[in-house]
Amino acid sequence: MTSAADANSDRSVLPITERYTLIGWVRRNLFSDTLNSLLTLAALAFLFIVASNLLRWAFVTAEWGVIPANFNLIMRGQYPATEAWRLWLVIYLLGAVVGSSWRLLSGKFSGAARLLIAIPFVLMLIPFFSMATRLNLVITAAASAAGFFITGYLPIQRRGRTAAYLLLAYLVVMLILLQGVGAEEGPMPPVAPILWGGLLLSLLLAFFGITLSFPLGVALALGRQSKLPAIRVMSVIYIEFIRGVPLISLLFMGQVMLQLFLPDGFPLVDRVLRALVAITLFSAAYTAENVRGGLQSISRGQYEAANALGLSTYQSTIHIILPQALRAVIPVLVGQFISLFKDTTLVALVGIFDLLGIARTILANPDWLGTQQEVYAIIAVLFWIFSYSMSYASRRLEQRLGVGQR
Amino acid sequence: MQTIHASQVRPPFYRDERVLGVFSQVLVVVIVLGLGLFFFSNMISGLREKHAVAITFSFLGQTAGFDIGESLIEYSRERTYLRAFVVGLLNTFQVAVLGIVFATALGILIGVMRLSTNFLVNRIAAVYIDIFRNIPLLVLLIFWAQGVFLKLPRVADAIVLADSFYLSNRGVAIPWGIPTESWRTYLIVLGAGVIIGAALAYFLREHGKRTGRMPLVTLWFIITVAAVGLIGWIVLPQPLTLDIPSLEGFNTQGGIILSQQFLALLSGLIIYTAAFIAEVVRAGIQSVSKGQREAATALGLTPAQTLRLIIFPQALRVIIPPLTSQYLNLTKNSSLAIAIGYPDLFAVAGNTILNQTGREIEMFTMIMGTYLSLSLLTSILMNVYNRRIRLVER
Repeated sequence: MTSAADANSDRSVLPITERYTLIGWVRRNLFSDTLNSLLTLAALAFLFIVASNLLRWAFVTAEWGVIPANFNLIMRGQYPATEAWRLWLVIYLLGAVVGSSWRLLSGKFSGAARLLIAIPFVLMLIPFFSMATRLNLVITAAASAAGFFITGYLPIQRRGRTAAYLLLAYLVVMLILLQGVGAEEGPMPPVAPILWGGLLLSLLLAFFGITLSFPLGVALALGRQSKLPAIRVMSVIYIEFIRGVPLISLLFMGQVMLQLFLPDGFPLVDRVLRALVAITLFSAAYTAENVRGGLQSISRGQYEAANALGLSTYQSTIHIILPQALRAVIPVLVGQFISLFKDTTLVALVGIFDLLGIARTILANPDWLGTQQEVYAIIAVLFWIFSYSMSYASRRLEQRLGVGQR
Repeated sequence: MQTIHASQVRPPFYRDERVLGVFSQVLVVVIVLGLGLFFFSNMISGLREKHAVAITFSFLGQTAGFDIGESLIEYSRERTYLRAFVVGLLNTFQVAVLGIVFATALGILIGVMRLSTNFLVNRIAAVYIDIFRNIPLLVLLIFWAQGVFLKLPRVADAIVLADSFYLSNRGVAIPWGIPTESWRTYLIVLGAGVIIGAALAYFLREHGKRTGRMPLVTLWFIITVAAVGLIGWIVLPQPLTLDIPSLEGFNTQGGIILSQQFLALLSGLIIYTAAFIAEVVRAGIQSVSKGQREAATALGLTPAQTLRLIIFPQALRVIIPPLTSQYLNLTKNSSLAIAIGYPDLFAVAGNTILNQTGREIEMFTMIMGTYLSLSLLTSILMNVYNRRIRLVER
């Protein structure tokens, strides 16, 4: 509030010629005094050096041929090409579910919705995509539009709950489609998770890591705040232990030591699942600390009021405390989820072919020697796009929920 | 007539909160202990089949039999596993300490740039933060190692800077001082300088408290130490001789060589962590309310004084806790060294020693114990520090 008012009063002092003109803006923001001018010049020089080198690298030196040649590998790893239609089906359904739940939760065809619909069309501009890929993208866009408009005609009462069920159902269908059912020769032969790879696996690991670690983290946070000493002590030990060791050691432990803990003849779970367990257990401890911050921010009065109304501990936690606590820590939680997504790259070090692992196999191919800069740059850009959109979305969500304003 | 007070009616035991509390605790403890016992007994029986003794640390005394690329202390393949472990630990310390120092410097610079009123400077810092906070550290490290340092020319065609820095794909050779006989005497002189400086600082501070005019104590301390150091350097016959690397055939000679793995790890960690530290610094400075600055100006403090005496001490209170966790993150993240072949604690102990001895339980206990005690120690120190600056608060 104050800063906006100040900016306005600053502006009203300016002579009218400088108020809205480009030169006025430049003078105010870049050359207001000697020091500022020097800074501007230094920044310009720095920008020029960085940009010219970067552009020369991107358009002259870099050999981008490695990316189109290995595009399928980067996207889905060793998932069999004959089964790729299942992945596309997963993506169509995702489009439909996103469109439908957008209608349920927001109801409006707003700017952000247009942006979402536009994504497939923007992706179509990528030059080396085949016609089939482009067709698939169009179908995805059509599916999300259909999801949005058809949902509008349905008489649905409890919109939030319906959206949640829809997402849950999608999860089940997605897993069945990816995993496959029936015999080897059947229409949907099983595909072992170790063959899932590339971007597909990175996103799946992040998604399931987030959805599994979140409830565990909330439970741990509540445990740490609990009045019951045994539960509190165990939560504290767990949280502090996990937060004190690097994730890589947990991942290695999961691969090397899990079989030691289980009895002989116990069916060994898949490598990917073991990594997912390690990531989930790791992330839960961090989520717990973030949620605890939210729990501590809630005044005693809320607990006491809930008690006075006769709510049980369970009821007051679910209906009074948690909603406020979680809303207060949305930005931190999203930050934590982003770092989980970035941390999934560590599975590449235990022999799993996520985006980074696939990059390493591509570079081990003698055909693509010496293209490290190109491949890793693309991997970094892919990660950046997803992480940045998550942080952008969280900022929007924060504004909508009005954190700090209510 | 007897009235029954609500508090005198005891609910049935299955709805009594105290009974429920005890019951749920016992239940949780039994489940956790049972699971632990189950895992432990499985583990012991499994280990019995593999080794003669299930759990023992005696293998640490055996000869390691492998080389380590770089080491701060003397090490060869004839030394023991324990020695190799210590080498890894010291390498982790080295990267962590250097990384923390440089990442803090870079982070503060970018955090302050982010608050600049200059549009361009502000944007450059914002873009830096947005880029590096959203890229996985591991990708950054591998890119740095394989895409940058490994792409440098061979030693014979090394890039030479200022006739004394040789950049090649094996690392960077830099000039380094070699101590002469007078080095020990010089160290004593430097120690004396620090004592004199500290005494002066104490005197200045007391003087400042009496008169109400606090001089720049830290600056005077640094000047004193530097002056004593300089005088010692001139008086003593050359405590250090400068050893400048030079090209000899297919190798560089002299100076010291910072390996490409070390440099890649260090620079990756610095660049990545600085982005987070910058955000911490920015948030800390912004947390000081505008009224503080205005009040300082009204009291007639100069902008520099306002920053030093008003803004910084208050911002530091907000900055220290998240900064500590960034330092811990950097230390733990240095375990990613395994991806680029730098022999840190985890690469030596969790990979090489473990693979050679097959002692999973023992090695993981040692590794995790080390990291855990490191982070617990740091958080204890930070809590103490935090309490101190909090007492100053009100």
